[in-house]
Amino acid sequence: MAVASIQVSETPLVLYTLRRADDALILGHRLSEWCGHAPMMEEDMALANMGLDLLGQARELYSYAAKVEGRGNDEDKFAYLRDVRQYRNLLLLEQPNGDFARTMVRQFVYAAFADLYWRAMMQSSDPTLAAIAAKSEKETAYHLRHSSEWMVRLGDGTEESHRRAQGAIDDLWAYTGEMFHLDDSERGLIDAGIAIGPAKLHAPWLKTISGVVNEATLALPKSDWMQQGGRDGRHSEHLGHLLSELQSMPRTFPGATW
Amino acid sequence: MATPNTPLWEVFIRSRNGLAHKHVGSLHASDTTLALQAARDIYTRRGEGLSIWVVPSNAITASDPSEKGMVFEPAESKIYRHPTFYDVPDEVGHM
Repeated sequence: MAVASIQVSETPLVLYTLRRADDALILGHRLSEWCGHAPMMEEDMALANMGLDLLGQARELYSYAAKVEGRGNDEDKFAYLRDVRQYRNLLLLEQPNGDFARTMVRQFVYAAFADLYWRAMMQSSDPTLAAIAAKSEKETAYHLRHSSEWMVRLGDGTEESHRRAQGAIDDLWAYTGEMFHLDDSERGLIDAGIAIGPAKLHAPWLKTISGVVNEATLALPKSDWMQQGGRDGRHSEHLGHLLSELQSMPRTFPGATW
Repeated sequence: MATPNTPLWEVFIRSRNGLAHKHVGSLHASDTTLALQAARDIYTRRGEGLSIWVVPSNAITASDPSEKGMVFEPAESKIYRHPTFYDVPDEVGHM
């Protein structure tokens, strides 16, 4: 890699915003990997649309983080010039696409959370985050609807689709707990009304996904052991590969334009 | 990719209130719900619509192209059916 990574001064608000921006960018990138590969053209477009929604969310969040940080970074530098350990996204969202069922399960469990999260964040005392939340909530509500419909069809479809969907739930379940994790850097923001405490989203999230999973004749795992580390930059082996593809152009040809 | 699991649907979009739904294309989907979602994802990406209809393509009964002489040509000689012999007042606007 020809271009060195940037330094980021992660004040609590910068870190908080970067975490959500990284969530959106990484999941959006994963969805973009389906482009041209989806099982049918209609779903190819649907996945790309959701990816573009997430990319738009990431851009707004990165730009806001850059403004708050005030050290001359921008959305492109945050996306292209940070190494794996500087990325703050949930481990769930960097997990490989796998088959279509796995991609839909990942989308479903995350969208069920993100829809609640953005709806709650519309009440943030930070006007920029509240505005981003208002836009993101509408997009995420559709992601939830779309992935919920697929959950039901995959789970209650054929023996093969049921097996794949259940396998994906079992494999990804341990990554869902991180969505509700709270660390010290976020407590002050919650007290100030800028952020919302994720713990109170857990019950409604579980209710949403249980309803769909039951309708899909699938089952949620009993295990409550949860993986974490993404918020602090400790990632699975998959993120490095993703970033090497995402960042190769700007790292190799700095400042290149179309 | 026409398979028995994903039949063809025709998509109609109404772009503005007061206008009729217009045929915009077709798509494959397994059922009405996914057909409507796919129509949203494929045909309203640039803000084209306020309302979507999807109709199973096999519900449409079409005229037979080989009969177009019998069906359509008799109308061609009846120019008096066009309202071009009247002056339309400006106040009427778009008709």
